Amino acid sequence: MIAAILSGERELFHELIRPYERTVYLMALSLLKNEAEAEDAAQEAFLKAYRNLARFRSEARFSTWLITIVLNEARGRLRRTQPALTDSIDDDREDNVTPMQLTDWREIPSQSLERSEIRTLLRRAMLALPLPYREVFILRELEERNVQETAEALGITQASVKMRLHRARLMLQKQLAPQLKSAVSAPRRRFLWF
Amino acid sequence: MVLNCRHVWDQISGYLDNTLDAATRADVENHLAHCEICSAVLDSTRNILILTADDRVFELPLGYRERLHARLTEAILKGPPPKGTSSP
Repeated sequence: MIAAILSGERELFHELIRPYERTVYLMALSLLKNEAEAEDAAQEAFLKAYRNLARFRSEARFSTWLITIVLNEARGRLRRTQPALTDSIDDDREDNVTPMQLTDWREIPSQSLERSEIRTLLRRAMLALPLPYREVFILRELEERNVQETAEALGITQASVKMRLHRARLMLQKQLAPQLKSAVSAPRRRFLWF
Repeated sequence: MVLNCRHVWDQISGYLDNTLDAATRADVENHLAHCEICSAVLDSTRNILILTADDRVFELPLGYRERLHARLTEAILKGPPPKGTSSP
């Protein structure tokens, strides 16, 4: 399809990017944490992809290339607004994350996501992860990219992807397990007439 | 090998992703069979991962796709992708 676009069938670009609309937006949001900024960064990333389509090399995956473009776009915006921001971490550090220790867990069904406060808890916890963990978590868990593609998109080793994902999962368990448990067990507020 | 809880927590991701070797997996399962804390850690982590991955958690802004494709249409109408070598 890329060859067809480059040889004149420009309208096909709409179809080419359709499967990646959500991924690109989510990656921008995971860095910028603001919906309007993320949407703008996502649009800019797709425009850059269009203008630079001739530079895409078919040995790379198109999705990885797009993710790299949106990450660069979002990082550029972050640097402009938060120049002191650093995303460096030491993956070889020995400080392991300790999960929340519970003695039992009552499964929280997916239907609970119909409640907006549950969705908000989950969003806040993910967006509160340190940036290097957040990027890996969103790519691996939400976008279901494999370890190799995640490593390529982020320019880190596969070992770092695995380590960051592991820590991100335990950080989320630590924060969310008690919050979800109390949110789900708390009775919904009802309006009482008497 | 008998694992303590800390060792099991270190292996939780490998266990969930099914990337542990057979011997380590068996050690983890032996521990899980009699440790209610590690079983609850595993169950809660697995449950939380299912919830976080649900598309309803992060919804696209209303009209996002329409605005995106309108902007792309403008760029497409302006001309074909350049054959130049500028960097994305």
